Amino acid sequence: MAAKSSLKNMLLCLSLVCLCCSALLAGTYALTLEPIKAAAQAKTNAAIAEVLPPFEGNPSLSEVQFSGASYSYYRAEGAGYAIISNTTGFGGTLSIMVGITEDGTVHNTKVLSHSETPGLGAKCETDTRFIQQFSGLDPAATRLVVSKDGGDIDAITASTITSRAYTLAVANAVEAYKVITGGKDNE
Amino acid sequence: MSKWSLITNGLVKNNPTFVLVLGMCPTLATTTSAMNGLEMGLATMFVLILSNIFISLIAPAVPDKVRIPVYIVVIATFVTLLQLLMQAFVPDVYNTLGLFIPLIVVNCIVLGRAEAFANKNGVADSALDGIGIGIGFTLSLTVIGIVREILGSGSIFGWKFIPGDGILAFVMAPGAFLVLGYLMVLFNKYLAKK
Amino acid sequence: MEYLLIIISAIFVNNILLAQFLGICPFLGVSNKLSTATGMSGAVCFVITLATVVTYLLNTYVLVPLGLTFLQTISFILVIAALVQMVEIVLKKVSPGLYQALGIFLPLITTNCAVLGVALTVVTKEFAFGGSAHMLNLAESTVYALATSIGYGLAMILFAGLREQLAGNDVPKPFKGLPIALITVSVMAMAFLGFSGMV
Repeated sequence: MAAKSSLKNMLLCLSLVCLCCSALLAGTYALTLEPIKAAAQAKTNAAIAEVLPPFEGNPSLSEVQFSGASYSYYRAEGAGYAIISNTTGFGGTLSIMVGITEDGTVHNTKVLSHSETPGLGAKCETDTRFIQQFSGLDPAATRLVVSKDGGDIDAITASTITSRAYTLAVANAVEAYKVITGGKDNE
Repeated sequence: MSKWSLITNGLVKNNPTFVLVLGMCPTLATTTSAMNGLEMGLATMFVLILSNIFISLIAPAVPDKVRIPVYIVVIATFVTLLQLLMQAFVPDVYNTLGLFIPLIVVNCIVLGRAEAFANKNGVADSALDGIGIGIGFTLSLTVIGIVREILGSGSIFGWKFIPGDGILAFVMAPGAFLVLGYLMVLFNKYLAKK
Repeated sequence: MEYLLIIISAIFVNNILLAQFLGICPFLGVSNKLSTATGMSGAVCFVITLATVVTYLLNTYVLVPLGLTFLQTISFILVIAALVQMVEIVLKKVSPGLYQALGIFLPLITTNCAVLGVALTVVTKEFAFGGSAHMLNLAESTVYALATSIGYGLAMILFAGLREQLAGNDVPKPFKGLPIALITVSVMAMAFLGFSGMV
């Protein structure tokens, strides 16, 4: 059973336990630092590869500011830009990655994180009929608003708010793209 | 008490979910599918076994008055260890379970077993107790997950066998309480019959 | 406006008990009587707000600059445990009346996952209240913590009221106690689901 408590052995015991634990944790932290970074990197790379046409080399990360918000984006040489765009959906922040090629076409989109209702808004991740609408989309020829609001995008059944947020995120990314390429583009 | 009964104890008689009613938060929050329940159960089991072993080792040397803080530090250490390992090797699982991995620290099961079992028993027995309770917890979570997944999304472990959407309420918050409530009723019936 | 959104969201839309499943154990444990439920809610409210402020400062001024954010879990739980002890001691000295009301619940609060849950959520999750997603600052965190704990109290007190009524009813034997309570919570959670999408 437990030892008798005195101030000395209480202090000794607590500090010893804390010391051992911190040593153990510091060791594990040092060991897992690289794998954690690699895992995060692999996830980002997979997302970029999904939203952009095949490319060579490592995409570089930058940031762009417009209308009060900042957008992070990856520039993949020869393929285009993968822009991370956040909006507010039904349940919270909806974060998607929008791949826009050199000629300004939206190549593909991918949900990075969301907190939408399972089975309803969460379909924005799996509903191919909805997501397909953004593949190979020409922003100049499409009104990026859901059809209920007079646009060209058909919303996910029973999830208008999520669809609106998703569409807005794509539209914002297109705007961000215009700012990024502002100098080179003739728009 | 035989070694075998140490393990089976956690399955029925001392089932952490249906009998002891401990660790309700992860039980309700992470069982949206069978897989999630299973993963959460295994994560908790990992911490439970390690902390049981470690606490049974150091318990004789720990002064009585600082017992609880020491246990909390030990448990928190193993939880952080688990967090780091999961982030490194199974980042997707870590993201799905989210907040509930660090919250294993305050899961009453872990501290409860440290206080009720590990500090009075030897290393081997404590390890077995951790395994038993851990399996009990994992099984309960998986069962709740299976029920919610079948009713809520018409699938089991991700394999869809009922077309369509399922009853969405079961994937959402109300379904968690409802399924746990009714499973508890069944469990009580079963225990009463025995 | 933003604070209003935080408050409504934390109390109703993302109610900590009914939507986020934090702090369920004490919720089921002490909701038998309205008076104990009120006492517990008060104590939780106090500790969550205080703990969130302290852990927020610890995180921003110590852990982040030193690159030790991986120690969040372990340091937060220690801070919360120490804080609860301190609150108990101070309350005993300063306000015996309040101590009488809240005192017995304080030791239980260390292992209430709502406290650690809110503290961790505030420093790790980005929120988007009527604007672009961002980490909460100190004032927003405090309001969020306070509103969340009010939500906790609200759900707890409502539920205790229901449970007092339940106690007098003839419930089938296997349903007695927790099962019927859980099924009642389920119905309550359904009602709160009606708030979702408001913010």
